Amino acid sequence: MSQKNRLQSGGRVDRSKALTFTYNGRQYKGYQGDSVASALLANGVDIVARSFKYSRPRGIVAAGAEEPNAVLQLGATEATQVPNVRATQQELYNGLVCSATNGWPSVESDWMGMMGKLGGKMMPPGFYYKTFMFPQSMWPTYEKFIRKAAGLGRAPTERDEDEYDIVNQHCDLMVVGAGPAGLMAALTAARSGARVIIADEQSEFGGHLLSSRERIEGKPAAEWVAGIVAELAKLPEVTMLPRSVVNGYHDHNFLTINENRTDYMADKAPEGQVRQRMHRVRAHWVVLATGAHERPLVFGNNDVPGCMVASAVSTYINRYGVVPGNKLVLMTTNDGAYQTALDWADAGREVVAVVDTRSNPQGERIEAVRKRGIKVITGSGVIDVQGKKRVSGVSVAGLDAKGEKVTGNVQQLSCDTVASSGGWSPVVHLSCHAGVRPVWSDEAIGFVPGPSVQNQLIAGGISGTYALDKVLAEGAKAGQEAVAKLGLAASEVALPNVRKVSEGTPMALYHIPHTKPTSRAPKQFVDYQNDVTAAGIELATREGFESIEHVKRYTAMGFGTDQGKLGNINGMAITAAVLGKSIPETGTTVFRPNYTPIAFGAIAGRNCGPLFEPKRFTAMHKWHVENGAEFEDVGQWKRPWYYPKNGETMQQALDRECVATRESVGILDASTLGKIDIQGKDAREFLGRVYTNAWAKLAVGKCRYGLMCGEDGMVFDDGVTSCLGENHFVMTTTTGGAAHVMEWLELYHQTEWPELEVYFTSVTDHWSTMTISGPNSRKLLSELCDDIDLDKDSFKFMDWREGTVAGVPARVFRISFTGELSFEINVQANYGLHVWEKLFEHGAKYNLTPYGTETMHILRAEKGFIIAGQDTDGSMTPIDLGMSWCVSNNKPFSYIGKRGMAREDCVRENRKQMVGLKTKDPKVVLPEGAQAVADTKQPIPMDLLGHVSSSYWSANLNRSVALGFIKGGLDRMGETVYYPLADGRVIEAEICSPIFLDPKGERQNV
Amino acid sequence: MLHIYCPHCEELREEEEFHCSGEAHIARPLDPDNCTDAEWGEYIFFRKNPRGIQHEMWYHTTGCRKFFNVTRDTQTYEIKEVYKIGEQPKVVAEG
Repeated sequence: MSQKNRLQSGGRVDRSKALTFTYNGRQYKGYQGDSVASALLANGVDIVARSFKYSRPRGIVAAGAEEPNAVLQLGATEATQVPNVRATQQELYNGLVCSATNGWPSVESDWMGMMGKLGGKMMPPGFYYKTFMFPQSMWPTYEKFIRKAAGLGRAPTERDEDEYDIVNQHCDLMVVGAGPAGLMAALTAARSGARVIIADEQSEFGGHLLSSRERIEGKPAAEWVAGIVAELAKLPEVTMLPRSVVNGYHDHNFLTINENRTDYMADKAPEGQVRQRMHRVRAHWVVLATGAHERPLVFGNNDVPGCMVASAVSTYINRYGVVPGNKLVLMTTNDGAYQTALDWADAGREVVAVVDTRSNPQGERIEAVRKRGIKVITGSGVIDVQGKKRVSGVSVAGLDAKGEKVTGNVQQLSCDTVASSGGWSPVVHLSCHAGVRPVWSDEAIGFVPGPSVQNQLIAGGISGTYALDKVLAEGAKAGQEAVAKLGLAASEVALPNVRKVSEGTPMALYHIPHTKPTSRAPKQFVDYQNDVTAAGIELATREGFESIEHVKRYTAMGFGTDQGKLGNINGMAITAAVLGKSIPETGTTVFRPNYTPIAFGAIAGRNCGPLFEPKRFTAMHKWHVENGAEFEDVGQWKRPWYYPKNGETMQQALDRECVATRESVGILDASTLGKIDIQGKDAREFLGRVYTNAWAKLAVGKCRYGLMCGEDGMVFDDGVTSCLGENHFVMTTTTGGAAHVMEWLELYHQTEWPELEVYFTSVTDHWSTMTISGPNSRKLLSELCDDIDLDKDSFKFMDWREGTVAGVPARVFRISFTGELSFEINVQANYGLHVWEKLFEHGAKYNLTPYGTETMHILRAEKGFIIAGQDTDGSMTPIDLGMSWCVSNNKPFSYIGKRGMAREDCVRENRKQMVGLKTKDPKVVLPEGAQAVADTKQPIPMDLLGHVSSSYWSANLNRSVALGFIKGGLDRMGETVYYPLADGRVIEAEICSPIFLDPKGERQNV
Repeated sequence: MLHIYCPHCEELREEEEFHCSGEAHIARPLDPDNCTDAEWGEYIFFRKNPRGIQHEMWYHTTGCRKFFNVTRDTQTYEIKEVYKIGEQPKVVAEG
């Protein structure tokens, strides 16, 4: 069986370059220039899939992006697996490996097919909803089974080693589609000097002209195309992108194009080459010349392999030199499809008959067919097809004038191929992406793009224009219009000479009636990929799904990889007919990006692996790595989490760090805290408006802690702000909140209080910050700093001083987040590592111990200090946090948060308030997030009192400590609450003060 | 992806550089302490969310860090005008 359907000559394949490929484990031959689909057809492969629901055998139907059945799994190795590849769009290369996506054990003999036969009647539309949605908890189980049986392709389990990239482009005119209309538009604009990008999904420019035997300027159309392409290639401002699917047309003329750069030549991209490239194009003007897809007709058993779209049959013959059968019956509602009968006959195979649904068709092509002695059966339709794995014959019957009923006798014809044409559907997908609804055109018998607000023009098939001379003219006109809008000088472009063909009027018919009612007739498929039948649509409509959007979702019509390219209009027409409405009254569903499935790699481009997101490192990062730190991500920052030594567990390391800090001295890299430099004569006033406490009297050299609230009175950030000069402050924020706080300050300054003279500069990265904390911190600092008086009475708690540390200019802040005597040393970031290392040189004798974020969390929790974002969740006021000391009601300006805190809900009794929690068993650590109840006997749902927000093992206290929220908690000290856990345990805890250690604050005031 | 003209930078830039800050012209009451809860709730929580012309505030996050106003059609996503904080829109919804 070697290419039994391949013609000796003709087409655009190179017969001197034979290629070997593997389909379903078996080797086949094809030629350079083949698609996988054309090569399979050349080899006489009929079945390429089993259908989704009924598991019926399916063959190749179309020749382009609209192919619903031949959706293959591609890839020779695990890492290069690509699911959902349409065989019609995949170019053949030597060594290509592919397989049918569904069908178990194989597409030829399929287990589900047996089930489909038995169960077909039991699987109406909505079957999955009706059967599998309840109970909902079982859905994951059902889904696994359904997916395996239905086969939707699979992702590789290994990393794709190929590279993808993204480029940004700008142009005057983006032309989508390089068929006759697109080429004329591009040429016209390019000759005027416009910067043009023209993209087409096919390997070569020319669109349907590559499959056509039409002549332009007296030459074969493809020769004319070659001339245009050669001219475009010479123009410096023109970018030509073949093998590039314009997948999305977004707002403000932004387009995303997926260019296939190596998928057509090899399984894996050759060394140094990018497999696919995403072009992100911003265009001044766009010409959509996306053409049209031919609609098949809907008739009984129209899914048996051998049933194809008429133009696809012509494409396989003319472009690939493949005749996909021996005996053809062609059914049509229009003149154009007669060309397929001529192409078939010219290929030397038998045309059994042309069945025309019109009673008296007249036109040049019809005459040509009749002259060839081919039988034309008028006023009739193919009502059903015989055959299982391949068409063996058809039943043809007379139809009434509207094509609604079978009238005449039924006659049988023997054939192996049925080509059908119900006219053309303009490819309106891209025009829909930006929200434009298509409008119905009676003339085009299809939906065409509605008016767009974008700088968009359309030309050719997409506008419902199908005759070649008119298509070329529309393309040129669109090009001229773009040139005029762009303000460029018009240039001369003559319309090529094309012979006009006289055509009769096409008939608007979608669904061929059967002698039996639709519900009892053999299955008439509308959407092959989702197994949606005419009867199914009728049933959905009877069940009350009358909106086309509901019909779509109930039946799944237009879902899947082909997105209804082939079947949507037929489905809408059938819905409209059942409802007794017109198609425009029923309306259409719309299309969203992407036009065809796209690889995740192409979307990610280079932004994956180490380049997925920027990482931020402090100046001391190298030291942390060398000293064995484990890291924690805080926003984009890599912060040391803890420093395990000699095989310590995490808890052992934390215990050691916590004890060392409170007994001698510990050090934390705090460089990631947000730092905002604030200057201007109104800086102080501004601080008073954005913080809840008072700032008017903060003297130079002093620091103050502040809480920041939203207008709703809820805390969102906190930090220490220091007065550097009368008009100069430096604010610190939480690590994660820095960018938000900066924007918050700018927002209020720029929009509410522009009269205040104040300037904000982010200086987070400019400073390295290291906090030394513990009873020996002063002794340690004194060894490295001789120009600051460190005496406890001259450098007091909440003071800051400027001086020199380890020979480097520094700002030293005496502030504490641990409750110990602490100094926060800030130096220019490029000195950070030097100062850090000097501290360790001198700190060895004090057992200077580095600690990370986890120990910092434990030490502050022992003191009851909050972490904004951990203990707060946007629903806590300062009062709820027990921090009324940080709220001033005497400020003249009604600061942000003041009014919010006074809302009725914020001052009511029984709000959740922050408290400490001591577990009854001191060894038990409450899980964070656990919910408190008063009575464990209460039936579910229980009354919840609040949650645990922070909880740790404290080595210093030799017990667990926790912070949490309890309704009216501040008045419930000493009461017991219970935490029932998911595992059945119930933890008992006592409500206490959140300050577990040194409640008088004596340790930091030494 | 929107193409937004920053009136401070005086250039068209990609949406990725910006961050939408919600409805524009929501002025903070001058005397918050004398607002009723309902008035305060109106100020902080209630927004128009129109179908059609909307005035919204944008922040040039990775650019000049300036806020400005945009008049945008929420149906078509067309940007009708761009104007600075403190200025009034020229394009307004009918009715």
